[in-house]
Amino acid sequence: MFDGPEPIYVQIAQMIRAQVLSGELGEEEQVMSTTQFATTFRINPATAQKAFGQLVDEGVLYKRRGLGMFVAVGARERLLEEHRTRYFDEVLRPALLQADLLSIPRGAIVDFVWGRPPAAPDKEDS
Amino acid sequence: MTPPFAARLDGVGVRFGRPKARADQSLVDARDPATALVDATCTLRPGVITGVLGRNGAGKTTMLSLLAAFRRPTSGSVLVGPEGAMEDPWENTWITSGVQLVRESGDLFGDEAVKETLKYYADMRPEWDADLAARLLDLFEVDLRKKPAALSRGKRSAVGAVVGLAGRAPLTIFDEVYLGMDAPTRYAFYDELLADYAEHPRTVLISSHLVDEVDRLFEDVVVIDRGRVLVTGPADDLRARGATLTGPAADVERASAGRTVLHERRLGPTTELTVDGPLNDEERAAATDAGVTVGAVAIQDMFVHLTSGKGQDR
Repeated sequence: MFDGPEPIYVQIAQMIRAQVLSGELGEEEQVMSTTQFATTFRINPATAQKAFGQLVDEGVLYKRRGLGMFVAVGARERLLEEHRTRYFDEVLRPALLQADLLSIPRGAIVDFVWGRPPAAPDKEDS
Repeated sequence: MTPPFAARLDGVGVRFGRPKARADQSLVDARDPATALVDATCTLRPGVITGVLGRNGAGKTTMLSLLAAFRRPTSGSVLVGPEGAMEDPWENTWITSGVQLVRESGDLFGDEAVKETLKYYADMRPEWDADLAARLLDLFEVDLRKKPAALSRGKRSAVGAVVGLAGRAPLTIFDEVYLGMDAPTRYAFYDELLADYAEHPRTVLISSHLVDEVDRLFEDVVVIDRGRVLVTGPADDLRARGATLTGPAADVERASAGRTVLHERRLGPTTELTVDGPLNDEERAAATDAGVTVGAVAIQDMFVHLTSGKGQDR
């Protein structure tokens, strides 16, 4: 785990964000402690601490003194909003660029999105 | 409880053997094969796990021996102690009672049962945790009645690991202790180290040339190469320091302009260059737009590139 090219704390933050997004981690639910993170993933506790710090700044987590880290109320909604706006830029745009590279007409993509059978191949519209 | 120790080396040189009677003060000469450290300067932060990386013979053990006062520097100064109250560790019982150096051999008493060695350390370390020691010895399956000679290298190393962990010294140094251990024991050692460190924060130094397995444990790193301190700072900085640029040769050449190339690989029309110095977001985007794939360089690879002495400027 955490074998990506980004720094490990960035990957931990991404993992927690993904868990909040999917609902695996509910609002007001407690997150694993830095110690649990450190021993589970064999990483330095400060690395987990750094990820938590970033998520607190983003408003995804908040700290309860003496108890640990919890998922903030409204965190999922905020993350959803953020990811929706980024989806077009980060997912769809590269996919469409790739489609252009492969000369897949936009019509075929729209058909796919709507679940329509692919249109009979006709002359390329230009 | 004693607070974690910090340490500082300032312009430290170490030369083995008797100092040559020379008029000038330059007793430490990098080209002299008896020289182990040259002008080594670095700060070790208190309460942090720092990795001390270097190839065989780079000077790791020499540096760690200085901190534990097993050796004196030929020139420069060594300071160890709580932040703001560091002292020269040499013949300084207050400092040395807080420094535990565990060497590869485990430092066991040669012809006595292992339990005698443990009794000695238990008496010497004010923070010794007997329960932890007993649990670890059980975990590592060490027979206390045996003499070191009857134990395998791995078991001797395991005893060293127990001495280091259960001693809870404000500065605990593991000098390649885990080399003789088999993989399950090594991983058990890392897990125990992290669990105990999280509960009882202290300064830990781990030296190694097997970087891949341990680099995630480090918050800071010191890279030593041929007696010199090459890199010192947060491990994340070293992780972000290098980048690989892969793509058509001409595009890669353009993207790497002005950077030190650490490594070069060619496969037909594709070139992969490993360059020194982090790329900012702009440079990353520019390279990607030019059809060059930007990749990360693991600490292990960065360590190999930096210490193989083949970097060249473009």
